[in-house]
Amino acid sequence: MAISGAQAILGLFQEPEQVAQALDALRAAGFASRDLKTLTDSPYPEGAFGEEPEKHRLFVFPFIGAACGIALGLLITIGTQLAYPIVTGGKPLLSIPPMINVMYEGTMLGAIMFTVAGIIFESRLPYLTGTPYDPRISEGYLGVLVTRASGRLPEAERALRDAGAVDIVTK
Amino acid sequence: MKEWRELSSSKINDDLLKFPLHTPMWFWYALAGLGLVVGAGFLAFAIMIGGGLQFLGYNNQTMWAVLITNFVFWIGISHAGVMISAILRLTQAEWRRPVTRASEILTVFSLATAMLMPIIHSGRPWRTLYWEFPFDFSRGIFMDIRSALVWDPSAIFTYLLSSVMFVYVALVPDLAVARDRSSGIARYLYAILAMGFQGTKRQWRLQAIAGILLSALILPVFVSVHSIVSWDFAMALVPGWHSTVFPPYFVIGAVHSGVSAVATLMAILRWIFHLDDYLTDDHFDALGRLLVVVSTTWLYFFGMDFYYGLFARDEMELGIWSLRLFTPPYNTLFPIFLLAGYLIPVPLWLIRGVRRNVKAMFFTSLLVNVGMWIERYMLIVPPLSNKQAFPFDWVTVYQPQPIEWVLVVFTFGVVSTGILVFAKLFPIIPLFDIKEGQNLRRVIQVGRRTVPGVVRE
Repeated sequence: MAISGAQAILGLFQEPEQVAQALDALRAAGFASRDLKTLTDSPYPEGAFGEEPEKHRLFVFPFIGAACGIALGLLITIGTQLAYPIVTGGKPLLSIPPMINVMYEGTMLGAIMFTVAGIIFESRLPYLTGTPYDPRISEGYLGVLVTRASGRLPEAERALRDAGAVDIVTK
Repeated sequence: MKEWRELSSSKINDDLLKFPLHTPMWFWYALAGLGLVVGAGFLAFAIMIGGGLQFLGYNNQTMWAVLITNFVFWIGISHAGVMISAILRLTQAEWRRPVTRASEILTVFSLATAMLMPIIHSGRPWRTLYWEFPFDFSRGIFMDIRSALVWDPSAIFTYLLSSVMFVYVALVPDLAVARDRSSGIARYLYAILAMGFQGTKRQWRLQAIAGILLSALILPVFVSVHSIVSWDFAMALVPGWHSTVFPPYFVIGAVHSGVSAVATLMAILRWIFHLDDYLTDDHFDALGRLLVVVSTTWLYFFGMDFYYGLFARDEMELGIWSLRLFTPPYNTLFPIFLLAGYLIPVPLWLIRGVRRNVKAMFFTSLLVNVGMWIERYMLIVPPLSNKQAFPFDWVTVYQPQPIEWVLVVFTFGVVSTGILVFAKLFPIIPLFDIKEGQNLRRVIQVGRRTVPGVVRE
C-alpha cells in the first residue's frame, strides 16, 4: 500500500512475540512509546508485548458519582418530606431510616453511572480519529500502530517488516 | 476446568456471531410463537383494565397474590446475573467466561418483566405514577418516602439501570468485532454502538478494571434490591410477613432460583446454538456444585422462618403455618414446593454424573424454579388468607383466575422474547472473554499428565 503523505502506519502480525520485537525495534529507532499502540481482539496480560503500563484516573469517577448520588438522594428525601409535611405521632418530620434507603440507592446509582462514563472517557471513546485499522484484527491478527510517524514512515515500515509483519496499512 | 479445546479467533467469531449475523428460519417461528404468548398477555391485561380487578381472584383479605408472586419471582431470577457475573469476575473463576453475558441478560429482562407486575396489579397502571413519581400533579402532593413501596422502585430502578450499563460496557469489544464482520446498515449500527473501539492496550486495561470495579459496585445493589423487596412485606404489620429474617431469606432464595435459571438457560443455549465447545459439561458441573451450596443455605433460612414462626407461639403465626401445612390447597402445594425446590434436585446434584448431564441439569434446575414460584406464592398468599378476628373479614379461599394464569405465562413469554431478540442482535457469549481464556490457557505437563494451566493477573 502507498504510504506517501500518511501520518500513521499499522503493521499486522500473527504472533505476540513478533509484536514485542516490533515495539522494541521501533523504540530503538527513536519512536516515542506514547506513539506506539498495540491493537488486539482480546486482552493480553500486562507487559506481554513489553509495553509500559497504562496510567488512568478511573478510580476517581465512582467517588465523584457517589457524592453526586448521595447529594441527590438527600435532596429528594428531605425535599419531599418538607414540601408535604406529614407529622405522625408527634415524631420528628424527617425520618432517617427511609432516607438512608433512598440515599443508598442514589449513591450506588451515581457511582455506577460515573464509573461507566469514566470507562468510556478513559478508554478515549468515542474514537473518531481516522488512524489505520484493519478488520483482520478481529480475526486474531495483532496490530502495531505507529502514530505521528509523518516523515519517518519508511523507517517505521522497515522496523515492522523486519519483525515479521504480514501486512502494512497506512492512512 | 478440565475440558478445553484450542479455538482460533476466527472460529470463535464464526461460532458466536453466526446467529446475530445470519437469520435461520426457526428464529421467525420462535418469535411468532412467543409473540402469540405476549399478545395473549396483553389481551388479558386489556380485559382486566376494561373490567377491573374483579377478573382476578382477589377478595377483601387477599389483595396481593399471583401478580405479586410473579414480581418477587422475577426479581429473584434477576439476581442470577450478579451472582454469576460479578462474584465470579471478582473471584476470577475461569468458568465464568461463557456464562456471564447470558446471566446478565437474564437479569435485565427479568427485572424489566418484574417491574411490569406491580403496575399491572394496580389495575390502573397510569395511576402508579401518582405513587412512585416524586410529585402527584393531580393532587399537588409529594410521595411519602416513608413507604417501602417507594424504596422498592428506587432500588429496582438502580439495579436495572446498573445492569443495562454493565451489559453495555462488556459488549463494546464484541460490537467492534460484529462491526468488522458485518456490512450495510448492520455495520453502520454496530459501528455507532462500538464507538470506534479498536482494542488498544489502554482500552483492554480499562475493560478489565471495568469488569472488576462495576462488579464490586453492583454487588451491594444486588443485596439491597431483594432486601428492599422483602421489606414490601416485612415492613407491613401482617403476621407471617412482619419478620426480620425476610431480607436474607429473600436474597438467598433469589440466588437459588436465579442460579437455577442460569443453568436452565445455559442448557437451552447449548442446544439451540450448538455451543458444545463453549458451554461444556464442566460448566454445568460447576453450576451444580454452586447450587448445592446456595440451595442448602436457602433451606437454612427457610428453616429459620419456620422455626421462629412456631417458637413465638403467636396465635396468628400458628394459624398461618396451620394453613400452609394442613389446609387445602396449601397443604398440597407445600410438599410440592419443598420437593421441587430442594428435596429432589439437591440430592441429585450431589452425583457427579447428574451435574455433568445437560438434560438432567436442565430438568432439575427447571424443577427448582417451579418450587421457588410456589414458595413465593406460599409466602405471600397464606398470611393474607388467614382467618381474621372479625367475622366480616372471613372470606372464601383465594383462587387464581384464568387471567392471572395467562399473565404468569405472559411473563415467561416476555423474558424469552427479550433474550431471543438480544441473542439475534448481539453475541450472547462474550467473544473477547472466550478469546482471553484461550490466550491465558495453555496445557502444561505435570509428571505424566497434561493439564490445562491458567494464567491470572
